[in-house]
Amino acid sequence: MSSPLKIELGRRYRFSASHRLHSAHLTEEENCRVFGKCNNPYGHGHNYVVEVTVSGNVDPATGMIANLADLDAYVERNMLDEFDLKSLNEDVPAFRDTVPTTENLCIEIFQRLKSFPSAKLERIRIEETGKNSFEYSGENSEGNRQ
Amino acid sequence: MILLTRKIEFSASHFYNNPSLSPEENRRIFGKCNNPHGHGHNYTLEVTVEGEPDPVTGMVLDLKELKDILEREVMQRMDHRHLNYEVPELTGQIPTCENISRVIWLLLEPKITQGKLHRVRLYESPDLFADCFRNGANAPGNS
Repeated sequence: MSSPLKIELGRRYRFSASHRLHSAHLTEEENCRVFGKCNNPYGHGHNYVVEVTVSGNVDPATGMIANLADLDAYVERNMLDEFDLKSLNEDVPAFRDTVPTTENLCIEIFQRLKSFPSAKLERIRIEETGKNSFEYSGENSEGNRQ
Repeated sequence: MILLTRKIEFSASHFYNNPSLSPEENRRIFGKCNNPHGHGHNYTLEVTVEGEPDPVTGMVLDLKELKDILEREVMQRMDHRHLNYEVPELTGQIPTCENISRVIWLLLEPKITQGKLHRVRLYESPDLFADCFRNGANAPGNS
């Protein structure tokens, strides 16, 4: 009962992108076996939903952990502009040598957003489809400490 | 430990304005939300209670009781109300998701006597929510 109250703010963003799951470390047969339909050389796409959760003190003057306009602009610049209507394999340098699974996408987006200056990034949760979601909170409370 | 969640929806109006700031500062910080005529949302509240199932009833707490608590503490206070003017617990605070979720936590925590309040999640829209919880060992944010 005595531990302090903590507030987190969650905001959902959407982007659409294509990808192909393929590893240069595996043979053609292995890629086909491991990734199945996702190994199709022409790629395929998803409407990704990215839930960004931040925490921090609620400023008594504004009632906010972080100004949403600031968060939206930061996410626009560091995530949406880079990923929306792109090929993750071709257009995002991080995925030249890394398989663009949604697990790896969580890590990449966490790295891109963790320096948001107004609040601490707690976690990234991505819905690849309505049925699959993935979550990443950084390693050892990595992120911008407040 | 079992987590049990009940969801309710309420509709309310609000606007953001801090009287200690100038009109220009209020407009700059709060943007469209500063419109003094207010605007409204359909809020969705998810209340999560933690506990062990009672060996006799199999329940962490009686859902009917939780429903009654939410009706009394949240619906009657906030549904179809203006959050700036009609909810005394929010007096002096900007009625953001963050502040409303904390007020709801403080209202519910002492009323939930079977099990323990674990998390309050308040959606202002499907794309914006605040979570309130105690930052202890089982805090949802630590999962």
